[in-house]
Order: sequence, then structure tokens, then C-alpha cells
Amino acid sequence: MALVKYNNNSISAVTSAASIPSGALVPIKTLTASSSSTLSFVHGSSDVVLDSTYPIYVFKFINIHPSEQEHLFFNLSIDSGSNYNVDKVSTLFQAAHNEADSTAALGYQGGHDLPDSGSGTADQKIANNLGTDNDENFCGEMFLYSPSSTTFVKHFMVRASYSEGTPFAIDYYIAGYANTTSAINAVIFRMNSGNIDSGKIKLYGIKDS
Amino acid sequence: MAVLFANNNSLSAITSLPASISGGGMTLISTQTASSSSTISFTSGINDTYDEYVFKFYDIHPATDDTSFEFNGSSDGGSNYNVTKTTTFFNAYHNEAGNSTNLGYGTGGDLAQSTSFQRIIAGVGNGNDESGVATLHLFSPSSTTFVKHFISVSQRLSQTYSVNDYVAGYFNTTSVVNAIQFKFASGNIDSGVIKLYGIS
Repeated sequence: MALVKYNNNSISAVTSAASIPSGALVPIKTLTASSSSTLSFVHGSSDVVLDSTYPIYVFKFINIHPSEQEHLFFNLSIDSGSNYNVDKVSTLFQAAHNEADSTAALGYQGGHDLPDSGSGTADQKIANNLGTDNDENFCGEMFLYSPSSTTFVKHFMVRASYSEGTPFAIDYYIAGYANTTSAINAVIFRMNSGNIDSGKIKLYGIKDS
Repeated sequence: MAVLFANNNSLSAITSLPASISGGGMTLISTQTASSSSTISFTSGINDTYDEYVFKFYDIHPATDDTSFEFNGSSDGGSNYNVTKTTTFFNAYHNEAGNSTNLGYGTGGDLAQSTSFQRIIAGVGNGNDESGVATLHLFSPSSTTFVKHFISVSQRLSQTYSVNDYVAGYFNTTSVVNAIQFKFASGNIDSGVIKLYGIS
């Protein structure tokens, strides 16, 4: 066995050290939008890991800004991104308060959940009428549990804060499951129409969870 | 300068890592412990290093009974905590007697274009065993383009009620937010711990 020496006290040449604890939240991949029609995370592509390596995955949404005042959606794939059309059953509620202080409410948002008209394969809304003013944006997180299970459905939970065009402060909650026992291996994010003008979506794995 | 050798291939004596090795996505920036504190302020470490910051609150206990734990932001390093905010507030509660429950929006807990402090744990009791816990996420505080969103969830014992508060909203400014202050609406923070993390 070769004797390993530090090149100096900074051990700057070390590029991996699996035995050293590195925290449970592991950054996997960051996608940065630039007038992007879609942002997709496909397991095995562009260093994306989305399999049984981690039991929980987290997507973080940083300053998502649309080109049009529109809805932001996600969908799931079981064929590595060839089709994003996994059947889903979901709930969606929100708290809303406008800057004019004339409206404040908490309530279930029928019509934003799935299935819709008997079908759950459509994209799931995670922001409604996201504003396009220069300072308006969308931030939040989405948890995806055990996407590679071939036994159970795959649950997801989203919480996000964004400014709706009017302008309202919106606290948005979505939860549900992909109603399949096939492995989920890709996730797509896209606007109802127009592009994701700017922003980042960051994928993490949670170890030992 | 002593030369350090790896004791074996496990490098078990190393206590810190070079920048080239990932240390995980969640980094502890600082911890503050209350001790009859009128305020607790984080005036460093909130910048553009991370896209997201997370505050964790452990057993926040007030000196004054039934008072709200609240926060505000600063754009001038902590000289003034008065950033304009629009927010939402709702909660669920259930009492120990099992005869009172509710889920509803709380118009008294939100803000509309206000520079006032925003409550994140409303109405914490000061009984010896009463406290509140919470998590607060703050996104991109150093953006000079966008408003700065935050989301929080808290849980508290207030009198004989278990209360679960949800707050979200935004600092309605395109100036940076570079300091955050926490306090009770009345009286001191008797005890408790607040930890600030960066999410890389």
C-alpha cells in the first residue's frame, strides 16, 4: 500500500475523501434558466442522479422568473424523459394576501389539483399566474420520496412563495403521489406557455434519511 | 511546520477539508443563544455566498406571557430593521382539553407593504415548560433584481394550546437584505437558540 502524504498542510490536491463526513444534504445538479422552455433532470444525463442512491430528493427553486405571466408546472417520467406523463393524484391549497391589504384568504384550490377531468397525467401546477414584473419571482422547494421504488407510489410535497401578478403574496402548498410502481427517473419543469426567463433549480439528495 | 501524514488511506486525522471537496449542501454559519436578550441579530454571513439561508429555532422562550416572536430585515447591515414586507399568515390549533380546534387564516398576523416586524411564532407562553420552535427559509437575500421571499413554519405551546403557524411572503425591495433581527413583541427572549445555515 502506498504511503499517502499531504502535498502540504492544506491537502489541496485531495479531490475525494469518502470516509470524511460531508453532511446529509448532497448537491447533485444545478440548472440555470436562460429563456429556457424546459428545465429537465434526467437520471444518468449531465451528472444527474435520480435513482435509489438517495431515499429523498429535494429540488430548490431560486428566483424563477417567467417571460409571460403564466403558470409553472412539473411532470415526471418513467422512461428517462421520453415522455413526461405519469399519472398523479394531488392536493393544492394556498394562503394569499395582496399588497393593497384588501384580500387575505386561505383555501383549497380546486382545478389546480390532479386528476383534472378524469386524467392525472397532465403537468402539475406549482405556481399560478407567476408575475413578470422585473422584481417578481418564485422561490421554494419540492421533496420527492423514493422515486426508484417499484413497490410503492411516489410521494411529493411542494411549498413555495411567490408574487402573483396582481400583486399578491402567495404561500403555495402541493402534495400528492405519482400513481405508479414504475421507477421515476426524470423530472421536468416548464411554464404553461412562454419560457423560464431566468432562475435556478437545484437538485439535492438527502443521505441516510 | 509539522508535516502531517495520513495514518492510513482513511485520512482519519483530518479535521477540515480543502475547498475542492464538497462539505455537503447545508453549512452552519453561526449560532446565537438567548439569555434574557432583548433582540438577537445576525449581521454577518448573510450575503451572496448562498442562494438560500435557513434559520432554525430551538425552544424559544419569552419573558412575557403570550407574546409573539417576530423578525425583520435590514438593508444597511443592521442599522435599521424596517424593510417593507407583504406576507401571509395561517395556523392550526388544538387545545389539551380536546374541545377546541381550528385551521384558518389570521389577518392579525400578516402584513401588507409594512415595515413592521413579522411574527413567525405567535403568542408563545412563558410558563416554565412553554416554548416555540421554528424553521425560516430566506431566499437570495443579496439579489438586487428580485424581491426576497421567505417561508416559515413553527410549532408552539401557548397556554394549553398546540399551535402550528405558517408564514410566507417577501421583502419588497430590490436592495440587498444583509441582516436579520429577531425579538419578542414584548419583553425579552428569556432563552433559546437560533442557528443560521447556508444552503449551497
